[in-house]
Amino acid sequence: MPYFPKFMVISNPRPLPLTSHLFLTGVISRAQPLRQSAHGFLNRCPITDSAVRRGSPKQTWQRAGAAHRAKVAVNLKGCHISTVDMLSLTIREVSSALREGRISPTELCRKCLNRIKKTQHLNAYITVTEELALKQAQEAETRLLQGAPRGPLDGIPFAVKDNFCTENIKTTCASRMLKDYTPPYNATVVQKLLDQGAVLMGKTNMDEFAMGSGSIDGAFGPVRNPWSYAAPYREQTEAAPDSDWVVTGGSSGGSAAAVASLTSYLALGSDTGGSTRNPGALCGVVALKPTYGLLSRHGLIPLVNSMDVPGIMTRSVGDAATVLGILQGLDVRDSTTVPAPSSPTELPEDFDVKNICVGIPKEYHAPGLSEETVVQWSRVADMFERAGARVEQVSLPHTQHSIVCYHVLCHAEVASNMARFDGLEYGHRSAVDSSTAAMYASTRHEGFNDVVRGRILSGNYFLLKQNYEHYVEKAQKVRRLIADDFKRVFSSGVDVLLTPTTLTDAARYSDFTQEDNRTRSAQEDIFTQPVNMAGLPAVSVPTALSRQGLPIGLQLIGPALQDKKLLSVAQWMEQRVGFPSINDYGDSSESRNNNGMTKREQTSAV
Amino acid sequence: MSASCAAASELLHNMNKQISSILYTKASCVIRRLSTSSSRCRSQPQPRAESAPQQLVGVVGLEIHAQINSNTKLFSGSSVRFTAPPNSLVSFFDASLPGTLPVLNKRCVDAAVMTGLALSCTINRMSLFDRKHYFYADLPAGYQITQQRRPIAVDGTLTYCFLGGKKRSQVIRKTVNIKQIQLEQDSGKSLHDDLRSQTLIDLNRAGVGLMELVMEPDMSCGEEAAAAVRELQLILQALGTCQGNMSEGQLRVDANVSVHKPGEPLGIRAEVKNINSVRYLARAIDYEIQRQIDILQRGGTVQNETRAYDSKSGETVPMRDKEGLQDYRFMPEPNLPPLIVYEDNASLPTGIDACQAVVVETIRKVLPELPSVKRDRLVQTYGILPEHSFTLVNEDGLVDYFEAVLKVTKMGPRKVIGWVIKELLGHLKQQDMSVSQSPISPSALAELLELQETGHISSSVAGQVFQEMWKSSGKTALQIVQELDLGLVSDTAQLHSICQKVVDSNPDEVNAIRNGNKKVLNKLMGLVQKETKGRADPVLVRAILQEKTLLKSDC
Repeated sequence: MPYFPKFMVISNPRPLPLTSHLFLTGVISRAQPLRQSAHGFLNRCPITDSAVRRGSPKQTWQRAGAAHRAKVAVNLKGCHISTVDMLSLTIREVSSALREGRISPTELCRKCLNRIKKTQHLNAYITVTEELALKQAQEAETRLLQGAPRGPLDGIPFAVKDNFCTENIKTTCASRMLKDYTPPYNATVVQKLLDQGAVLMGKTNMDEFAMGSGSIDGAFGPVRNPWSYAAPYREQTEAAPDSDWVVTGGSSGGSAAAVASLTSYLALGSDTGGSTRNPGALCGVVALKPTYGLLSRHGLIPLVNSMDVPGIMTRSVGDAATVLGILQGLDVRDSTTVPAPSSPTELPEDFDVKNICVGIPKEYHAPGLSEETVVQWSRVADMFERAGARVEQVSLPHTQHSIVCYHVLCHAEVASNMARFDGLEYGHRSAVDSSTAAMYASTRHEGFNDVVRGRILSGNYFLLKQNYEHYVEKAQKVRRLIADDFKRVFSSGVDVLLTPTTLTDAARYSDFTQEDNRTRSAQEDIFTQPVNMAGLPAVSVPTALSRQGLPIGLQLIGPALQDKKLLSVAQWMEQRVGFPSINDYGDSSESRNNNGMTKREQTSAV
Repeated sequence: MSASCAAASELLHNMNKQISSILYTKASCVIRRLSTSSSRCRSQPQPRAESAPQQLVGVVGLEIHAQINSNTKLFSGSSVRFTAPPNSLVSFFDASLPGTLPVLNKRCVDAAVMTGLALSCTINRMSLFDRKHYFYADLPAGYQITQQRRPIAVDGTLTYCFLGGKKRSQVIRKTVNIKQIQLEQDSGKSLHDDLRSQTLIDLNRAGVGLMELVMEPDMSCGEEAAAAVRELQLILQALGTCQGNMSEGQLRVDANVSVHKPGEPLGIRAEVKNINSVRYLARAIDYEIQRQIDILQRGGTVQNETRAYDSKSGETVPMRDKEGLQDYRFMPEPNLPPLIVYEDNASLPTGIDACQAVVVETIRKVLPELPSVKRDRLVQTYGILPEHSFTLVNEDGLVDYFEAVLKVTKMGPRKVIGWVIKELLGHLKQQDMSVSQSPISPSALAELLELQETGHISSSVAGQVFQEMWKSSGKTALQIVQELDLGLVSDTAQLHSICQKVVDSNPDEVNAIRNGNKKVLNKLMGLVQKETKGRADPVLVRAILQEKTLLKSDC
């Protein structure tokens, strides 16, 4: 089945080629070495955790057999590592720490919960599932103690954007419409993580119904970028943190902030026009938007069904690959899913870029692109070239039409998808009951914010019989042209495209809110959004800190279903760009409340 | 004269157009002025009507929603049952919980393809699903998933027949074009409690698979529409793709009715809804045609509106317009890839499981005998009257019953058909029972007929035994014959004495016979039968009476 079948003007649908020969099946058990000290700033001695070392808890340890305890003791011997160091590890690293008994899942979970409390001012979470997390961690602990972990994610804390359904856990889409909505089922991707033993910390903040690129337009207030409180940025700015904090980007800003602020090792976002990659870039985390159809959308409350993809946010490309391997594949509940080409678990460590061709789309030299970003873009392009890759300028001529085309298609689908929120079966219901129609109208007026209502209005306008041909049909045709642009480039021998993820680093909240949501989305999605039109995989890799001390990310785009190859290239890049961990700058992001700063910005509409 | 000539040529031209659509059906196609109960059915203008003033005639198109006979709904795994507690058959998807996605039910696709094949449709190799938006309380998602742009089947025909002519014994065969068959979701049900001014929603039906069949406006009166729907009902039931029960809403018929003068453009149409039986369909359409004719003849104009049929008054009444002008804002359903059906197993792409795919050839192979074919076969095989074949086929299970009886009796089909239609169906109809509920099984009836055929009982006794069998099911015909002593009296001595008594007490008749009026013998026979309660072996009695009357004459 084609992976964007309904929206394209197709006369002859073709099945997707499953080029599985490009994929290598990795072996899961081999522990990954820690980040290279040359690139990382991580203070790395044999790791443990101060709490464990102090021997403070834990009954579970005492329940462990003597042999196991002995092993723990050996491992703990002479280890010094702070809580935050433990929290700043990658999944791979912390997973082996768990297996080796250097830390227990419950302890890890508690640390993350504490960290969430300390970073509350970021407003990254809408719901923190503390009790459930501890219960899940306990179960993971039992399995680990029995030497039978379910996989690399057993016991690993993760966060989920609040537009993925979670059974018996509020799922709000950051909207008044769903502020008390508790779904009776888990989204497929959430279920897969839970089945792996991953520990759900909570549901993350976002723009209402994922409509936005700043994570500022939600019913629960804006999300703050953790880098606003890290030393590099603080040193550059004179003003108080409360007045000059920067946005996370969006709409999956809460998820990005969760991973960046070290409260979760992994977070699910959703990506419709860049909603995972954009905040990933601005918060300095790896953000993968897989090929459309590779991950199930069942349980993802839709924005644009034909473009939505669950996104993966992690601290390393390798982690993203691990998670992708777990989440991908056919789901009978989502008819647009395709079988996974292979099950990538680990990426090759020694991926050779000598034989690959990196395309640089000339249209991505867009107005408003910051000089610093261009510098980073060139630096990485040069890096590839020096390593023997072929770097070529390519053209994607229809890119310029992408944003306007996206808006028509997005609004049309939004108008349709939002029709179900009428206050009858679930969600907010207005007290107005003079008639069914009046109840609908006031329910929807009260439940949706201006952005959502605006999109519903214009979407319905585009869908009117008299307008459909002029707007929707035309946009579908342009969409096909955009997809064909990519197809042509990739069939001409280009393996990956290297582009910026965003125009600039993160904007100050006060600046960001000068423009309305629509203008912002049009500006912010410019590099990410054509990829959604074409259903391709793309990943944003943290590349450098700007002069302001804020992350800059670059994006790699690959051909459909070549997610693993894309990640292999991304990992090669990651290993060489030397992006710092937020942890390298001390525990600044949690120091704020300790310094007695106000909690004014911990807004919550509900 | 020239004016009437022009009118006539127009009429003829128009007639040719109309006829052309039915000419290819069968050579036996009867084109004649129909005389129907309502007398309004004037679908085929006659050449001899040339000089008559042009009359307004009805034009009828139908939109039929047939609930697909499937265990589960079109896009979810919830069960489908007519009688279930409210909201007990509702999946997350049916209630439109956010994040749920449609998963197409293969059974529903198979059913639509099979129905399409039975109606000689072109099956689209690729069809598409669309969303049709409107706010209504029993439509939880705010849109219905349907097939607007490219339905699963198009361009079919339905040939239907009905009995016409003065004596209503002439089989009239007609054809209506099927524009398309599309798959779509049913809505839930709204129950309005006017007293408490609240609406209760039952979503059990929400998401049940429907086939919407669109019939072109090729019909001209209620009777034709009713016959077409009845034929469709039989076809769907034969296929098993829809149970076709109109009163349970498994088959819902909306009629688009307009009137015009033949040759002129179609008039403004009104849609008549809320019709829950074939009988009411005919009445509603004829009422609506007459209503529109009356309006036009009074110089008024017909409104383009939706009307409901009120079966109590027999009238159509305007329906409250719910939302004013509707723009359904159709858009492609993005969660369902194009639906591909394959011609045969050989055309399946590699890697596609044949069990998962819809293969036209496979469905074609298992198409059951269709009602029209069945009727022709019955007439040809058993030599029964065409109208009897209609009766047999119209009644669910009656053909099987008839053929089952035939298998185990020596009685000829033309005699058996009388029993099945007159006695059995008569009794069933009287008590509003279906064939499957008959207290007399085919084999039991066959046994009874066998007793008659072999001369064990007379035909009048057979009727009596049938009544007994109906009342006390379980008893065999033979048991009843024995218990009630209804067996044929063939004891010669006994018959002799009875006959003697009759002969003795009817000297006048005997004399008449002797004088050559042999017919009078029948009267004597009747008297003997009366004496024996119809049990006397007629052959024996005749012989004895002949003997006795002749003997006397010899005396």
